[in-house]
Amino acid sequence: MQAFMTLLRRELSSFFLSMSAYAVIAAALFQTALSFVILLYHFSDRETTPLPVTELFFSTQFFWFIFVLIPPIITMRLFAREKALGTFETLMTTPVTDLQIVLAKFFAAMLFYLVVWLPLIACIFVVRQYANDTAPVDYGSIATTFAGILSIGGLFISIGCLSSALTSSQVTAAITSFALGLSLFIVSFLADRLQMSGTWRVQILNYVAMDAHMEDFARGIVDTRSVVYYASGTIFFLCLTHRVLESRRWR
Amino acid sequence: MIFEPMIEVEGLTKRYAGHTAIENLTFVVGRGEIVGLLGENGAGKSTTMRILTCYLPASSGTARVAGFDVFRESREVRRRIGFMPENNPLHHDMRVRDYLKFRARLKGISRVKSRDRVDVVMQQCGLTEVNRRIIGQLSKGYRQRVGLADALVHEPELIVLDEPTIGLDPSQIRSVRTLIKELGRHHTILISTHILSEAEKICNRVLILCEGRIVAADTPENLQKLMNIGGQIIAEIAAPMDELRAEWEDWAEIKHFDLSASDGDYIRCALTPVATCDLRPKIAELMRARSWNFRELTRTPHSLEDIYFQVTRRDGEEDR
Repeated sequence: MQAFMTLLRRELSSFFLSMSAYAVIAAALFQTALSFVILLYHFSDRETTPLPVTELFFSTQFFWFIFVLIPPIITMRLFAREKALGTFETLMTTPVTDLQIVLAKFFAAMLFYLVVWLPLIACIFVVRQYANDTAPVDYGSIATTFAGILSIGGLFISIGCLSSALTSSQVTAAITSFALGLSLFIVSFLADRLQMSGTWRVQILNYVAMDAHMEDFARGIVDTRSVVYYASGTIFFLCLTHRVLESRRWR
Repeated sequence: MIFEPMIEVEGLTKRYAGHTAIENLTFVVGRGEIVGLLGENGAGKSTTMRILTCYLPASSGTARVAGFDVFRESREVRRRIGFMPENNPLHHDMRVRDYLKFRARLKGISRVKSRDRVDVVMQQCGLTEVNRRIIGQLSKGYRQRVGLADALVHEPELIVLDEPTIGLDPSQIRSVRTLIKELGRHHTILISTHILSEAEKICNRVLILCEGRIVAADTPENLQKLMNIGGQIIAEIAAPMDELRAEWEDWAEIKHFDLSASDGDYIRCALTPVATCDLRPKIAELMRARSWNFRELTRTPHSLEDIYFQVTRRDGEEDR
């Protein structure tokens, strides 16, 4: 536990000590704000909103950029940078287990990812104000929105961990995790395009469709199926990362 | 003192795809020794160290540190080792003190104790005045000391240093060497270097590696003694050049000679003997017989460098 906490703190501080962290936060803030401006533009000529604000938020496409673009940038440095600098060797020769390293890096990235999303809360409140929404703020749906953001982010970040563990080049790590994450995301739209509703193939595609999952979360619905999907996916990719670190010992 | 083994290596081999980095290494390092691993770049020094510090697995053979197997009891080994890898990688965005505390905590030292230990090692390595500085802004000499302090912070039984003085200026090299020698009083140290004079100055014992194999292992003094028998002889003799040349050509014991005029009537003769014999008495006798004057007759002692080249060359010849 001591090693885990020490590593977690180190990872977090290294995020915030680097310029790129602030660039990432700024970029995400820009995306969030863009969705926000679009929503406000829509409301300017309407009296009330057709849907709850949290739900509307996810109908703007910019929102998804953050999901697909930010995790690769957050995670690319985790292992690749240490390998390139050589500090990976000093890390691996301390009495720390591979699992502690993987978990510390994953949770550090998750915490940073959460920080990136925080401005969203403010945005939701501001939109509400201008949308003439008389209903009280629904904290429940904000909480489930964040649950959705975290579970989808967990999957993307665990993919990033794996990509970063596989290489010593940050660029390669970012490209790999971006390609994997984007493919996974694009599969969401495949079901709509295929003209064969009802078949088992479409069922599988629907099961992994992220936009539908997020819609549920934003609506305040926590569907066990999607939670299981993201949790198992995250654990799967973290296990692979752990295996990659271990592979050093039998190569 | 009873000999207590700190490192026991037996039949250690590491093959990478296509080539063998080290082959069938066997050696023992006793507790309290300072042992130098000597060899050219690519001789297998770093590979050996990486296996001992559990960073790489061996292809075959066993290695034990303080009685623990590096592969099966890797955590126990890592707890007991302080390692400074080649090129001394550090987190350049951290401050010296924070870095050392981070490393101490990572190595399982309690918060209270780590504070004390960090102070002690910073004092020991002369880092107290830069403790608030960012590592990336320090000079190379200071960074090297940070690496050393990191290797020491958890009071390891064995310190492994991979080329600790590489890229330093002469005064920095001297201070790092003094530091290592001081550490050697309380710790077992395994140090790798390709600078031979360094091993000569610091180590109790050297292992010379060539193409992944140990070609010589002894104290620097013993190696020198062993090799000196065949050392080059310098004689300055007042005699005509052609007579001297004829004389040396007659001697079967001389493999090679070199004559050059010195000041006055003296000729400087550099004689390389064939076998491991001492030619000096015979030369003195010759000069008495011919009643030549001489003002110098010396045998140049081999430096570790000559020994190194001799053993590595001999090894190469055996191969062919």
